[in-house]
Amino acid sequence: MKISRTILSFISAVVILFSTSVTSFAKVVGDKIVLGAAISLTGKYSSNGVHTQNGYNMAVDRINNMGGVKVGGKTYKFEIIYYDDESNPKRAAQLAERLISQDGVEFMLGPYSSGLTKAIAPVTEKYGVPMVEANGASRSLFTKGYKYLFAVLAPANLYLDVAIDLAVEKNNGKPVTVAMAFEQDAFSQDVRLGVLDAIKRTGSKKVIDDKLPKELNDMAATLVKVKQMKPDVLVVSGHTKGALTAIRQIAEMKVDVPMLAMTHCDAAKLSKQHGKNSQYALCASQWHKTLTYKDNFFKDGMKYAADFEKEFGYDPPYQSAESSAALLVFKDAFERANSFDQKKVRDALAATNMQTFYGNIKFAEGGQNVDKPMVLFQVMCDGSGKCENKVVAPTKWASAKLIHPIPKWSER
Amino acid sequence: MDFMVFQYPMITVQACLDGLLLGILFALIAYGMALQWGVMNIINIAQGDLVILGGYIAYFMYLYGIHPAWGVIVSPIIMYFIGVGIYKLVINKVVDRDLFISILATFGISILFMQLMNFAFGADVVLANSGYGTTMLFDNNVTLPNSKIFSAVISIVFAIGLVIYMKKSKLGRAIRATAQNSRAAKILGVDTEKVYAATFGINAALCGVAGALISITFTIHPYMGLPYTIRSFMIVIVAGLGNLPGVAMSGMGLGVFEEFADYILGTEFRIGAVFLLLVLILVYRRFKLSRKREYLK
Repeated sequence: MKISRTILSFISAVVILFSTSVTSFAKVVGDKIVLGAAISLTGKYSSNGVHTQNGYNMAVDRINNMGGVKVGGKTYKFEIIYYDDESNPKRAAQLAERLISQDGVEFMLGPYSSGLTKAIAPVTEKYGVPMVEANGASRSLFTKGYKYLFAVLAPANLYLDVAIDLAVEKNNGKPVTVAMAFEQDAFSQDVRLGVLDAIKRTGSKKVIDDKLPKELNDMAATLVKVKQMKPDVLVVSGHTKGALTAIRQIAEMKVDVPMLAMTHCDAAKLSKQHGKNSQYALCASQWHKTLTYKDNFFKDGMKYAADFEKEFGYDPPYQSAESSAALLVFKDAFERANSFDQKKVRDALAATNMQTFYGNIKFAEGGQNVDKPMVLFQVMCDGSGKCENKVVAPTKWASAKLIHPIPKWSER
Repeated sequence: MDFMVFQYPMITVQACLDGLLLGILFALIAYGMALQWGVMNIINIAQGDLVILGGYIAYFMYLYGIHPAWGVIVSPIIMYFIGVGIYKLVINKVVDRDLFISILATFGISILFMQLMNFAFGADVVLANSGYGTTMLFDNNVTLPNSKIFSAVISIVFAIGLVIYMKKSKLGRAIRATAQNSRAAKILGVDTEKVYAATFGINAALCGVAGALISITFTIHPYMGLPYTIRSFMIVIVAGLGNLPGVAMSGMGLGVFEEFADYILGTEFRIGAVFLLLVLILVYRRFKLSRKREYLK
């Protein structure tokens, strides 16, 4: 009896071992380049996770239909293995391990959010797997000396410093007073650091520096201080909740401030949820469809937006655009490396210098994209209450003129 | 430390009013928690998730073109039945058990609700616009959003209504009797099973009202429930169990305290300050209790 049980467990162990080893396959199967991605398809990031996945899929289809990737005289097609990380950093790290050590993936695409990218980066680094990510902007990702991490987006500290420069410019080059309200999370605090740098650089003065707790749903106290101190600029960053709360309470409390700059207006669907109350808000964005960057695959932003809408039924947020750009970067790097050797592909990625519909891409030592400035758009509404986001800065890309100062509530 | 709040009398007034309006709304949620804690000896970790679910009901009415304020009527009705359903499915199996079991069970319900709401409604932060405008006081120096005033008024109406219902109605008397001594109530012919189900339903209905109000005044999101659970838990702890007027007082008191902590210590410390106060109150209670015992000796 005992012996048979031993034999049975031995056999099952062998079966388990065998089954795991058969599921492993190499990074390039036949004419396919297999990329791995852990994406938040459920959990609190699921909306943006889906935007990310749609962006990836759109680019995969486009590249495959337009001739694929040419390496060593042979044509390959992209394929992505997705896993759902449940918006959970621990799960994301486990899935990265699984993708690499079980599924044999040798090239990775990033997840959604800085937090999850931070969880995955040590794993890809350990195995020497090049990862091109499109949705982790936190500065701390690029100061750890990672060699295999490349981000197509501008780091978080560059999100809103443009706004301070713009305010100074509008103030005839004289320093301004700044009120800041930032959520206490890695991303928002990185944005804050960028604003602090800009304040220092321009000789401006911060008059309020509130750090909003994550649980907080109410920023009335901060806004009362703003009413009292009358700053030239109010800067808010606290993900979608922060953006929605700020606009609601600014309108309700009739807070007059000449310039209001924030992040996550896109994701919060500000103009849709708040209508005219969101008018004049300045929003930092990685990308906007009216930018005139070009490439051979998607042509330009407007064409990308039209194609995306046709396929997925909604206007692409920048999360989708940057995700699509990540695949263009991979294709370019494979072709320049002319090899599937991870080290060679990594070096080719590091030497990337290209333009995509999403913007120019060139990586700094730390892996962040240094060749693409952030843009600021302003929510502008017409008489009928229909609101649109129009790029107002940097001037080179502006499609509308900045409305400054914001009209007082009593005059609206 | 910044004492701006005391330098300008208008800011002091604004802080007090903001705190009171916020506190009243929280007190309503805490009221439901105190009720079922007192009657059933259950700490409901899913309290905040019930609130958010109530908020979504109002939000969907808003999406379909109905004014979200009607949510304060529709949402509690739907939530009552959801509450009774949860009781019949899960809570009735843990009601007489250890407190720890009920915490675990409701924690499970909380996770389930979060995921289901995320699945059904998506992970976007949403809100319902009431379009109520703003009340300006003292030469426009103090601004009060009408939506917050509306929330406070509705909360008070429901709280008072519930107190009267508890005093006058048959079910209310049965609930109070069960809270005092469930065994004796049972012997005297009270169907405690029914009482428990109704209590859980009433709590869920109160959460529904609060949720509808929160969708009008703040924002809602499937994962935003826990802060409401913690807040109501704190209010109940500060007030002491079975002390319903105390719940209202401590809700408002904590609201005002939190606003002042924001101005004086900084926004990042406002929640920390509330927790510190909680610890101090508990230590003080213990101290008072130990003295009482000595006196009795």
